[in-house]
Amino acid sequence: MATRKSLLNRCLTPKVDLPSRLLLSASTLCWLLVIGLWAGLSYGGVVPTMFLPTPGAVLETALRLTRDGSLAQHVWASVEVVMIGFVVSSLVAVPLGLLMGSFRIVQAFLEPLVNFIRYLPVTSFVPLFILWIGIGLEQRVTVIIFGVFFQQLVMIADVSKGVSKDLINASYTLGSNRRDVLFHVLGPASLPGVLDTLRVTMGWAWTYLVVAELVAANSGLGYISLKAMRGFQVDVIFLAIAIIGLLGLMTDQLFRIIRLKVASWAQ
Amino acid sequence: MGAVTTMQRDHAAAKAAPTAAPARLRVEEVSLHYQTPNGSTFTALDKVSFEVPDEQFAVLVGPSGCGKSSLLYLTAGLAEPTSGKIHVGGQQVEGPGVDRGMVFQSYTLFPWLTVRQNVEFGLKRRGMPARQRADIVNFYVNEVGLARFADNYPKQLSGGMMQRVAIARALANDPQILLMDEPFGALDSQTRLQMQQLLLKVWGNSKKTVLFVTHDIDEAILLGDRVYVMGARPGRIKKILDVPIERPRSLDMVMDRTFIDMKREIFGLLHEGEEEVH
Repeated sequence: MATRKSLLNRCLTPKVDLPSRLLLSASTLCWLLVIGLWAGLSYGGVVPTMFLPTPGAVLETALRLTRDGSLAQHVWASVEVVMIGFVVSSLVAVPLGLLMGSFRIVQAFLEPLVNFIRYLPVTSFVPLFILWIGIGLEQRVTVIIFGVFFQQLVMIADVSKGVSKDLINASYTLGSNRRDVLFHVLGPASLPGVLDTLRVTMGWAWTYLVVAELVAANSGLGYISLKAMRGFQVDVIFLAIAIIGLLGLMTDQLFRIIRLKVASWAQ
Repeated sequence: MGAVTTMQRDHAAAKAAPTAAPARLRVEEVSLHYQTPNGSTFTALDKVSFEVPDEQFAVLVGPSGCGKSSLLYLTAGLAEPTSGKIHVGGQQVEGPGVDRGMVFQSYTLFPWLTVRQNVEFGLKRRGMPARQRADIVNFYVNEVGLARFADNYPKQLSGGMMQRVAIARALANDPQILLMDEPFGALDSQTRLQMQQLLLKVWGNSKKTVLFVTHDIDEAILLGDRVYVMGARPGRIKKILDVPIERPRSLDMVMDRTFIDMKREIFGLLHEGEEEVH
């Protein structure tokens, strides 16, 4: 039925599937528009290059920093901070979140505190972290953990809360004990939701990178963009932002693939 | 009163024939009360007593809110009665156990396991060796006609197929009694009829005692040896009726005199006193 309608008509109907080629073209078009607008504004001299670098200048900077090896070093420093922070946070948040969603007593114990902390701005803790932890890698990792952990905890608790009671009841009638319910029902049933949460919070971890490298870092993408600000090197800032975005996109795709592989059984 | 007579009967039975098998399921004076949010007490079940003999297909039929599903959950050990006792195979129910298999109204297959692995779930928890498991699983997957789908995941199955797996999964554990909570309630009427026929076939082969909950009178008569008609507010058993229709039963019987008379009687029981309400 739907295929009889014109393509334009279908584009304007809510929740109707469209050919994948059309969708891909739309995604490409959006990028072309943004880059085109950028090029138009900068090359056309509408915005002075002091405020908006030309795409060519950003590419040149990228090549220059790649050649002298400093870009790789900064990228690696940032990846290290984000990864360590994200992994440490996830290793604690996943089991604790599952417990929080499954046991009312754990929820009652943790939830009020977690919901208080999770609204606190990470930035305001940076001076405290420096005071307590110093200015090394640990401090940067702590910022990432603080930004991600409490959100992960609440989201993962919700995932585990969402597991149907009947599924648990069914497993009891099949001879499961409480331990079996945890490891053979709640665990696997939560897996797709946990992976979705990790995917979303991984993106948040990247957004906290600049805050993490705000003070006392001597390498990293956040560090170079902050340093570039002092010298009005807008091209470096643009480059750093673009790379953070690309790295985020890559980790996001990675999680999407893992989700498809590990939890293909999910609806 | 009821308690006394039950106890007397127990006593008499114990003295007269100590080896005689007790009823497969015995529900004794079971009450279930709970607190409603506004503070009043709701009586879901009020001193319900009945027995289901071995190998019988017992059907609980009643309006919503009569506590028929609660009775099933209590028997499964998934909830505790406020007072009273339930015995299955002479053992008092004190929590869920493999001796009572259950098929739920909602789809409760484990979506991360294939059909085969779902049926295998209970056997695995028990630590049964793989070879032995495979034989039992194959038997029951065949029994419900899903051999072709044994390695499919639940998301690839229709609602009727999922409930067939749920039946196979419950039976694979070889329970003493099979509890079924409106298992076909969510299915379309065509599938429902097929499922009823399939269940009759599987039940005929396995000779399990079944306690089946439904609000569908046709289904109750078609499947049951005995129909327990329940009433609401408070939840109780109003009348127990034997179904005098020969097995094997086919769908044509819904046109028979006996069937229609019985249907009329149950309908009357379910709807009596409704005028008062309006």
